Amino acid sequence: MLRSPILIRISHSIITLFAMSIAVFLGVYALGNPVDLLINPQANQIERAQMITQLGIDQSLWVQYQRFLSAALHGNWGTSFVSNTSAWSLIIERLPATVELALCAMCIAIIIGLPLGLIAGLHPSRWYSRLIMNGSILGFSLPTFWVGLMLIMMFSVWLGWLPSSGRGTTTNTLGIPLSITTIDGLMHLILPAINLALFKLSLLVRLTQSSTTLAMLEDYVRYARAKGLTERTIIFKHVLPNIAPPIITIIGLELGGLIAFAIVTESVFSWPGMGKLLIESINMLDRPVIVAYLMMIVSLFIAINLIVDTVLIMINPRLRKQAPSLQSSLA
Amino acid sequence: MKIISQISQQLTGIVTISLSLSLCLCLCLTSLSLSAATELRIGLSGEVTSLDPHHLASQPNLTVARHVFESLVDVDTQNRLIPGLALSWRAIDPHTWEFKLRKGVAFHDGSPFTAQDAEFSLQRPLQLKSPSGGFAAYVRAIASIRIIDTHTLQIKTKSPYGALPEDLNSILIVSKKHAVNANTDDFDSGRAMVGTGPYQFVRYQRGDRLELSRFLGWWGNPPAHDKVTLRIVPSDPSRTAGLLAAELDMIEHVPSADIKKLSKNNQLKVIQATSWRTILLHLDQYRSPSPYITDLNGSLLSKNPLQDKRVRQALSLAINRLAITERIMEGLGMPAINFVSPPSFGYQTILKPETFDPSAAKQLLTEAGYPNGFQLTLSGPNNRYINDDQILQAVAQFWTRVGVRTTVEALPMSTLLNKVRKEETTITLLGWGSFAADLSIRSLIATTNSEKGYGAWNWGRYSNSKVDQLMTTALSTIDRTKREALAREASILAIQDVAIIPLHHQVVSWGMRSGLSYTPRTDEFTLAQHVSIR
Repeated sequence: MLRSPILIRISHSIITLFAMSIAVFLGVYALGNPVDLLINPQANQIERAQMITQLGIDQSLWVQYQRFLSAALHGNWGTSFVSNTSAWSLIIERLPATVELALCAMCIAIIIGLPLGLIAGLHPSRWYSRLIMNGSILGFSLPTFWVGLMLIMMFSVWLGWLPSSGRGTTTNTLGIPLSITTIDGLMHLILPAINLALFKLSLLVRLTQSSTTLAMLEDYVRYARAKGLTERTIIFKHVLPNIAPPIITIIGLELGGLIAFAIVTESVFSWPGMGKLLIESINMLDRPVIVAYLMMIVSLFIAINLIVDTVLIMINPRLRKQAPSLQSSLA
Repeated sequence: MKIISQISQQLTGIVTISLSLSLCLCLCLTSLSLSAATELRIGLSGEVTSLDPHHLASQPNLTVARHVFESLVDVDTQNRLIPGLALSWRAIDPHTWEFKLRKGVAFHDGSPFTAQDAEFSLQRPLQLKSPSGGFAAYVRAIASIRIIDTHTLQIKTKSPYGALPEDLNSILIVSKKHAVNANTDDFDSGRAMVGTGPYQFVRYQRGDRLELSRFLGWWGNPPAHDKVTLRIVPSDPSRTAGLLAAELDMIEHVPSADIKKLSKNNQLKVIQATSWRTILLHLDQYRSPSPYITDLNGSLLSKNPLQDKRVRQALSLAINRLAITERIMEGLGMPAINFVSPPSFGYQTILKPETFDPSAAKQLLTEAGYPNGFQLTLSGPNNRYINDDQILQAVAQFWTRVGVRTTVEALPMSTLLNKVRKEETTITLLGWGSFAADLSIRSLIATTNSEKGYGAWNWGRYSNSKVDQLMTTALSTIDRTKREALAREASILAIQDVAIIPLHHQVVSWGMRSGLSYTPRTDEFTLAQHVSIR
């Protein structure tokens, strides 16, 4: 049973989670004492001492960690100091906005990035390929916040086509507030999604281009050509499946990154997502929210890795036989 | 994490610069359309953490709450007390204040406002099971509350206390019926958001916006706008962009780099006022030797030079305050020699802001026995006050010029506070806002006393029994004229002794469509009920 790669993987995940909880807790503890930031400046030392006791930060680090861990195992991630609401529900409340934004950005990156990379890889010496590749360098090197502001200046201030910030009207779809279902929501979504997609798009272009260029030089492509297959069949039946695994791995990992760290875009566009929540929480030293957020992100990455591995195995039959070794190499 | 927050600070800086550049390009091409006259969309700069008016004493939370709730004692644009839900108040004996409540006031659900609601609201901060975030500080002087009739309230204080009306301004009155078992979640969901204020709750999306509509039953003059949306936009350039893109009608805290450009746009205007926030320096005066003051070779000075009044005077004289307010603050500051800003209670006009005099400063240093100067570190926040890190740099340069070689340590506020608590700073920058000079003195320079709650923010541990005595007498004086005279006297004494070095009062600014008008407020609040259409 334990031989099963998925089970091994899950047990690794639990150890990782546990180790991360210690690291995160230590890190947040080192950030400092939130009391002075939260307390009313007119408060006296007695009220300050009361607040410290109420927040439970008068205890030793070890006691605080034990309390946190036992509460977390019971599904309680603590109460936000500043909002007086469960940290978990604060995060969950912001989750749909961020996931929606990240998924849209990823879709834009894939729909535009993959074909462009393929074109550039198939015809490396054409002028449009050079244009694509040079453009992708721009996408890499321009800072996200600057591009975001330029988008706002261009489309909101100057042209007045799209709203500059906020999330627009949302409707409840299967109980989840989504903005993609309304015109107003879509309009609000376009600019931040493009802004967030730009970097990933460039990454996908470059990755697809280099994989394609290499693949086109492989023997199997030459044999396929000799066999008289059309270029179309070669690309879609042979080249694409061969270059897919690394691209899917990257897309998976980058999606995690998009969800976890869309902080800059969310700040520039005042998008009420989790990234904005994290920055606020750091600024106010709202420890329970920071810890709960980071733990959720760790779990998210672990889950994404698991999904990516499974998808890879499904896509490429050759991997099925050597699955265990693949698992360990990706761990 | 520290790094992330630092990066975010730096980003904001860079963003401001790049935005200003891009604004130059775009301003001339901007077309602004006036939104429907009865809707007002305001961009707020601070994070609202909860709608519960008694949970966390932060300016953003109170800003939002003051649209829905009111306090017994209101404050006008000049930081002076005016009647709110209480029509009048007087001390009937040194221990007892009587508040006459306004009649004919209704809550948003139609029920009448009575002394019961006032009593409940004044008691709630102490009853909250959650960390109250310090609203308890405003009601701690109260010993008991007696309801005389439906519209008269008598409040007994533990000792004679003249500043009770000031304190009660911060306690907003909630409906007892709706708030009696309510927690913060009930306020955030709107269930308990029943006040007497000019606007009533419509919808709240945390981290994004609060929508309000005009309360038709309000006792005051009806506000100009039917519908108000308070948008939470902490990012400076985004707030400016929102105003330019006509998605916001008004924004608070206009970034200093954008003020000139917004003023030039003839569809927009910028208004300003001296804020109640005073930027000052605390000086370590309690330890000798002071652990981080060294001679020019880096070895510890055996005596703490800051305990010598001449050295403190020299440091104050060496600072060119005008250069700071005019060049660094771009006009968003006013040189200070007070604990409170001009319109506030207890502002003294006898002492004038120190004139910049480096040679006199050198002279004083020589007299004090430091002809070659010494070395110290100047600490302060880099994310709290307007241009705080640049102010630190400038002060350090001024001091270095007269021989006091100064290193700057600019930190995020959270990290700075931690260092201060560990007593690891020597001279530290702090900003302070208050209604009254005696209240400021109580927190900032009164001899630290945990039991009485004095000197909670006295980072330099300044101690002067005469100042303490004047301050306590002032606070226990019920007669406001006498109290103000005492507060002024205490301020003058402390300033002459260089208890702290005041730098400047901040100037607060709002940007808005030129068709709107708003009287800028000293207390920095952005209140839609006072925004009118010209």
